[in-house]
Amino acid sequence: MHELSLIASVFDILEEKAREQGATRITKVVLKVGVMSGAVPDLLGSAFETYKKGTLAEGARLETVIVPVRLRCPDCGGATVREEADFSCAACGSQRVEIVEGRELVVERIELET
Amino acid sequence: MSKKTILVQQDLLATNKQAAAAIRQELRGRGILCVNLLSSPGSGKTTLLEALADRFKGRCRMAVIEGDIETELDAERIRARGVPAWQITTGGACHLEARMIGKVLGAIPSAIDFLFIENVGNLVCPASYDLGEDIRCVLLSSPEGDDKPAKYPQAFLSADCLVLTKTDLLPHLPFDPARAAAEALSIKPGLRVFAVSALRGDGVSDLAAYFIEALERLRSARA
Repeated sequence: MHELSLIASVFDILEEKAREQGATRITKVVLKVGVMSGAVPDLLGSAFETYKKGTLAEGARLETVIVPVRLRCPDCGGATVREEADFSCAACGSQRVEIVEGRELVVERIELET
Repeated sequence: MSKKTILVQQDLLATNKQAAAAIRQELRGRGILCVNLLSSPGSGKTTLLEALADRFKGRCRMAVIEGDIETELDAERIRARGVPAWQITTGGACHLEARMIGKVLGAIPSAIDFLFIENVGNLVCPASYDLGEDIRCVLLSSPEGDDKPAKYPQAFLSADCLVLTKTDLLPHLPFDPARAAAEALSIKPGLRVFAVSALRGDGVSDLAAYFIEALERLRSARA
């Protein structure tokens, strides 16, 4: 349950961007959440709803984009997409795969009014 | 009024990662190997540290940062072994963050070899926070069950070594150490696996030797 502290970081970023842009309102926040990030999208959503009260993002909608695990295989060069914790190459079965995507927790973009 | 879409692409953990990088640089500069111990509550982190303190006594110097939600109990146990210990009480937070370590770093004596950080007992959230460690060590005790790597993959994915603890209880439990190790290795190939009974002292010297080797590598890279 560290989603609240992650959302606190989201709001640090929102405050900074709102100041830079001279925003009066933030209307939408898009988060990219990797399936192996350790964060639960539903909990991020409820933490966001709690945290936004009394901020410029009070009326904002949070959109979470779930990023599956993308693996690259150094043995056969194959690319694999996984929805769960299976870290093997779909083509050759190698376990020496490199995780290219799926661990990120990123504020991708925000929509605001100035 | 005008509407705008701003491309941000900022990592939520960027602030923590920067604080962790500063800690790593400072500790490496001082020639100290930092180990982050991560596990469920009650899998034997403090008992393992007590066993390591006994093993290192007269050979290597260590210090410990203890993370718990409440109480000084763990730090007191470590101090009773003659090892300096600092307690961080998070007051409810389920994990340690790098800035919490940064606050006590100045108090850590330079004349030590190892800094062990015992994270808050939790196999989920601590996995997301780099504390500036050189080695992330996940503990899995035999009563917890050998299915934990599959159920909590992030912790194992982020680890450098796995310590199977409470091996003295194996005769009484259905826990299969080979299965636990195989599952962890399927998530993180190359993971170093140790089996330890901290109470009996079994396997502690192998783990201690692994830390000493890593310390020597760190110091020769610095020289």
